Amino acid sequence: MTEKIILAGFGGQGMMLLGKLLAQAAMTEGKYVTYFPSYGTEVRGGTAVYHLIISNEEIFSPLIEETDTLIVMNQPSYQKYKGMLKHQGLLLLNSSMIKVNDLHEAHICKIPATEIASKLGNVLVSNIVMLGAYLTVKKLFSADMILDQLREMLKGKKTNLFAINKQALESGIQIVKSLS
Amino acid sequence: MRTIYEKPETLIDTPTHFCPGCGHGIVLRLIAEIIDAWGIRGKTIGLAPVGCAVLAYNYLDIDMCEAAHGRPPAVATGIKRVHPDHVVFAYQGDGDLAAIGTAEIIHAANRGENITFIFVNNAVYGMTNGQMAPTTLINQKTATTPSGRDPVNYGYPIRVCELLSVLDGTSYLERVCLSSPENIRKTKKALEKGFKTQIEKRGFSLIEILSPCPIYWRMDANEAMKHIDEVMSKTFPLGVVKDWEQMN
Amino acid sequence: MKQLLTGNEAAAEAAIQAGCRYYYGYPITPQNELINYMSWRMPEVDGAFIQAESEIAAINMVYGSAAAGGRAMTSSSSPGISLKQEGISYLAGSELPCVIVNIQRGGPGLGDISASQADYFQAVKGGGHGDYHVIVLAPGSAQEMADLVYDAFNLADKYRNPVMILGDAQIGQLVEPVEFHKKHTEYLPPKNWALTGAEGREKRVIKSFYPVKGQLEEFNAHLQRKYKLIEEHEVRYEAINMHDADIVLVAYGTSARICKEVVKKCLQYKFKVGLIRPITLWPFPKEIIRSVAERVHSILTVEMSAGQMVEDVRLAVEGRCPVHFYGRTGGGVPTSQEVIKKITEIEPDNRAAHSLRQLVEVK
Repeated sequence: MTEKIILAGFGGQGMMLLGKLLAQAAMTEGKYVTYFPSYGTEVRGGTAVYHLIISNEEIFSPLIEETDTLIVMNQPSYQKYKGMLKHQGLLLLNSSMIKVNDLHEAHICKIPATEIASKLGNVLVSNIVMLGAYLTVKKLFSADMILDQLREMLKGKKTNLFAINKQALESGIQIVKSLS
Repeated sequence: MRTIYEKPETLIDTPTHFCPGCGHGIVLRLIAEIIDAWGIRGKTIGLAPVGCAVLAYNYLDIDMCEAAHGRPPAVATGIKRVHPDHVVFAYQGDGDLAAIGTAEIIHAANRGENITFIFVNNAVYGMTNGQMAPTTLINQKTATTPSGRDPVNYGYPIRVCELLSVLDGTSYLERVCLSSPENIRKTKKALEKGFKTQIEKRGFSLIEILSPCPIYWRMDANEAMKHIDEVMSKTFPLGVVKDWEQMN
Repeated sequence: MKQLLTGNEAAAEAAIQAGCRYYYGYPITPQNELINYMSWRMPEVDGAFIQAESEIAAINMVYGSAAAGGRAMTSSSSPGISLKQEGISYLAGSELPCVIVNIQRGGPGLGDISASQADYFQAVKGGGHGDYHVIVLAPGSAQEMADLVYDAFNLADKYRNPVMILGDAQIGQLVEPVEFHKKHTEYLPPKNWALTGAEGREKRVIKSFYPVKGQLEEFNAHLQRKYKLIEEHEVRYEAINMHDADIVLVAYGTSARICKEVVKKCLQYKFKVGLIRPITLWPFPKEIIRSVAERVHSILTVEMSAGQMVEDVRLAVEGRCPVHFYGRTGGGVPTSQEVIKKITEIEPDNRAAHSLRQLVEVK
């Protein structure tokens, strides 16, 4: 098993954390994992893109040339990285901010993540909505495991944020279930 | 028989490479006297610069470290972090401290490094045959200011003590000179104060010593001493510039 | 226990675990995770951390702490390493042990902040003035970063010599699981040269100045004997699929990871490709490259530079087989596809080349 994921969005849309939660889960399960922030000169205010590879075997290049999954949060990221998705790959997109303008031979999953997060009361959890959706489609890791990690991560001053993150994750799970 | 003059133990009995009339030998002797008198040979580490005093480690019988040109403040900082209770001093000339090493001395001062800096200012680059130093006086002739230092092209002599005095990190700054036995005694007192500042962990101290270079001032030794009193000390006024004991 | 860390953080933590208590640095991308980590971690172990006023000051603070017997480190990226070269020459000339981490970025000049391997020359050929070498270690992962930094401190002390870790923006910033395990048991000589104050003993002097005619030449001869010893004992490399390879790739760091992918893909198409990954860039693994050159069709060196390590490969091969080069510059990272294409060009008549070419051209 090797799963290559490209995650992209505006800086601030939480792609870093999304990937880190998946990487953490992969490490906990004893898998090989490599997570690479591929920012260039556009680090300020531009697109943030991360390459995440999870595998049962040693991972060679941390840079993805052709991705199994593309998770994109905004239009520029979609435009920029859609070409990297492999034939019949998974395109998980934030439909609140992306208009699909291309034919894709892919499994497309449109999640209004920004909208859902706003309704929950904090737009910043849109990434966790996407994570819930991803977990439900790919079934690599259990939601419980991710929740445990979130609980650990939000210990201390941020404890009050756990509830909304949990809701966000569950919303992501629900919407995929309702779509299928 | 009464002994009226002897070599300090810490001063190694060897001919120096200094030119006749040079002030470095006096300063090194004063340092050795203090180390002997205070019994701190075993816990003192010195830094030699690049310049005329580059071979200071051949004359002082203590642990010593060479530093690249201008870098003694940084190297001393690294040593002091390892041995915070040792006495660490850096011996620097005017080119080393006030030209190529300007950034290092300013930031060591600004961090308030608890180190003693002995700054020998003779207003000329002696080691490389008498070029202009950052402290060369206006109109002073050197190998690279053959018709005298003109501030239009070469800027002005830098007053290091005054420059550093505005930094909150500095504790003791004094300018002294070697022009007479009396002034040499004052220099020794200033050096003692510098070491005391460090031993009591009062922070950054720097003693600027106006020192004769008869060869590149093109004078004899007597004229050079007179030159310090009558000319050089007009540009570089003697005295305490900053003193933690007088501050509140 | 494994932790998810960037290569930069792995380097910092490994240094702490190796007993480094003196860190001096100056911010520069892409090594910032390292200096940031040290700023909070050093105080936890009562170590010294200074954000220096310049790269020059930082390397000279390292010089001071090393002279005083401490385990000291600095880190930077290419333009900052250029600035440190004066200090590195002095460290080598005074035979002071220390570790310098270089997370390379694109150059020349201000360049960019992407991964590059264009500092090979300034790392392995000395870099500053004079005849000297620093030991250069090239990690290929966050875990290897930790392992090599740990080893670097021991190598530095063993030989009284600076050691450089030569990573790049990718190795420094990628996040991977890292485990720290202390494993060093080798005897290290006491630092009976360090400046500690001459209490009850003769004074010690740390210097690189030898003004008396003949002394400097004698000292240089001593250095060269030491370097020969290092070349004899400290060469490290990884060799993959050497037994029946037709073409052998030579690459280090990020390039080597890409080349491992190339080897895997080529073998799927029955194209016999091997890889030599130097782990020590100085001392360079000359012997293995020379012996492989006797029996393969050709060697292909892959670098993120205009061709630097390839010169050492050619010196090792000494004409025994053709040596080819594929490189990307200015922050460009080669893809496995590009390298495979190059391989098919080198061996157009190889039975597997045809199908391999298809693999590349489909893309």
